[in-house]
Amino acid sequence: MEAGPRRLTDATRALAYVDLKRQADFRNSLRTVFVSRKDELPVFEAAFDIFWAPPDPRASAGVMPGRTRSLPMAPERAKAWSAALGLNTSQMNREQDPSVVPASSSGYSAEELLRHKDFDQMTWKETEQVRKLLEQAPWRVAERRTRRLRPARTGRIDLRRSARHAIRSSGELMRLFHRRVRVRRRPLVLICDVSGSMERYSRLLMIFAHAIARREDLEAFVFSTRLTRITRLLRHRDLDRSLDSVSKGVHDFSGGTRIGDALSDFNRHWARRVLGHGAIVIIVSDGWDRGDPAKLTAELIHLRRSSHRLIWLNPLIGSKGYEPLTRGMAAALPHCDDFLAAHNLQALDDLGRLLAGLDRRSRAR
Amino acid sequence: MIATSPATIEDVEQRLRERKYIGDRALATSIFLALKLEKPLFIEGEAGVGKTEAAKVMADVLGARLIRLQCYEGIDLAHAVYEWNYPRQLLHIRLLDAGEDRRLAEREIYSPEFLLRRPLLDAIDNDDPTPPVLLIDEIDRSDEEFEAFLLELLSDFQVSIPEIGTIKAKRAPFVVITSNRTREVHDALKRRCLYHWIDYPDLEKEVEIVRARAPEAAAGLAREVAALVQGLRSMDLYKVPGVAETLDWARSLAALGATRIDSSLVNATIGAALKYQEDLERVREQVPAMVEKARGA
Repeated sequence: MEAGPRRLTDATRALAYVDLKRQADFRNSLRTVFVSRKDELPVFEAAFDIFWAPPDPRASAGVMPGRTRSLPMAPERAKAWSAALGLNTSQMNREQDPSVVPASSSGYSAEELLRHKDFDQMTWKETEQVRKLLEQAPWRVAERRTRRLRPARTGRIDLRRSARHAIRSSGELMRLFHRRVRVRRRPLVLICDVSGSMERYSRLLMIFAHAIARREDLEAFVFSTRLTRITRLLRHRDLDRSLDSVSKGVHDFSGGTRIGDALSDFNRHWARRVLGHGAIVIIVSDGWDRGDPAKLTAELIHLRRSSHRLIWLNPLIGSKGYEPLTRGMAAALPHCDDFLAAHNLQALDDLGRLLAGLDRRSRAR
Repeated sequence: MIATSPATIEDVEQRLRERKYIGDRALATSIFLALKLEKPLFIEGEAGVGKTEAAKVMADVLGARLIRLQCYEGIDLAHAVYEWNYPRQLLHIRLLDAGEDRRLAEREIYSPEFLLRRPLLDAIDNDDPTPPVLLIDEIDRSDEEFEAFLLELLSDFQVSIPEIGTIKAKRAPFVVITSNRTREVHDALKRRCLYHWIDYPDLEKEVEIVRARAPEAAAGLAREVAALVQGLRSMDLYKVPGVAETLDWARSLAALGATRIDSSLVNATIGAALKYQEDLERVREQVPAMVEKARGA
């Protein structure tokens, strides 16, 4: 949250107009000055509580990591606060949210572990090589037409510029200027499965996400038991710092998989915000799903309708004799525009070529 | 009518309420401070929670003119600020006598007289007794280029027209910017504003809103509809109904002469609240239980 000189000045000025004895007004005033996004609200409330509230022994409290005493604070605020400080909240989550552990489970995602995962499977040298190759990949995402016009040699007549020119020559239309629709790159939305069964690919996928975030308009999410937006975490120029903040910000790496739930969360809370302007949605998952296939199908249908193109990447396609027979994959397959591999750089290059070749027009439905 | 600017937060609250806008104290505080600090107020919230309405009511509260700019993708200076009236300029220059000074004529045609004034220029440069309320609606529909342009306007309340110079507002208009969060608006723009998030109201407040804005709905009906909508909001839907939908629904039921709800009435009118086929299907079978619950609220 930003608290620079401008905001401090505003806050000071604002407080001159309110009755400081009324705590609600005091709080409301600071909130309206310092907060500028919905996600900052719980962080602000937590900071305010921590700073001002005396500890109340009766309040049921989320235990604040790094603090010895409990604070009267809603778990959601405590979580946001810890996340803002980059603290590990897995301990808290386990205590406060037993409902995320399914009653009975077995096999590949037997335990939905909310835990941090160290990203040191790949050597530094290999990482560097992969990253360089990804950065150098020659493709860019295809463009779409916008509603903005730009000057051009041909196209529609630009009356504004033509008239301006004419005025200079005594009102004689000596030359016609033109303008054309400007094109922009389509936004990409990447939704990555980082559950236990995808563990071997998670790191590479994050490197991939970081590489394309550097040059494309990318919104990135990861999920295993729940969906986390990592767009802002990928903004560090430095790959290692980015990966570090992703591993701190995502609390269920290598947990179980609920693709349907994750997509449902995406459709309800993010789709309207990130799927404007003809976005291309890429889901990366092996399709090992513990959730309800009917739900997955319904969410995919909805998602496909609200995106320009829906692409499913499955790293298992690379392995010999693979057939998309898992329940999740079988449910998903008919509802994706493309179903591609993602197990090596060659596969990612193929994806790049597909993205570069997409249509400029909006999709016919 | 020239109204005075509100003197206290209570004053804002009361004036909103008098005009049937039921907001909470946090919103009143944000509005009050935006007026005092002469900063734009950035209001976010889900669709249909009364963001636009807040600006409209504020115009009435202040006795000011409401200037509304609806944003859309590709909106540019020519639509939002000003445009030269080229046909008139061309005519003017062609009608000049041969002997007249060209330079002088050119200066003449780039004068305010030949300017087509769009909403933003109007908000900055006007003779209103009270500075107008400028509503920049659904800014998330515009694009980055337009946001960048707004930066100058919002921090200094001025616009630059190359041929004329900088036009600065004599008194700052009250600016309200709304966003549905269909995309993230740039931080630089938000930094120049005060921020307020409007949440869905709780049951009591929603009943109050229905009573105030849809007086044709009987007291019992208002409460039941509000309770139904509160129930819908707790469900897992693609698009949960906003307050605007609650009002539409209450008005629809009142128009059918209903004073209480029942399953068949709800089934017949639920389209006022839910706009997705999947959502309708999901809710359909639970209607009797929901009606039961709402009637008890």
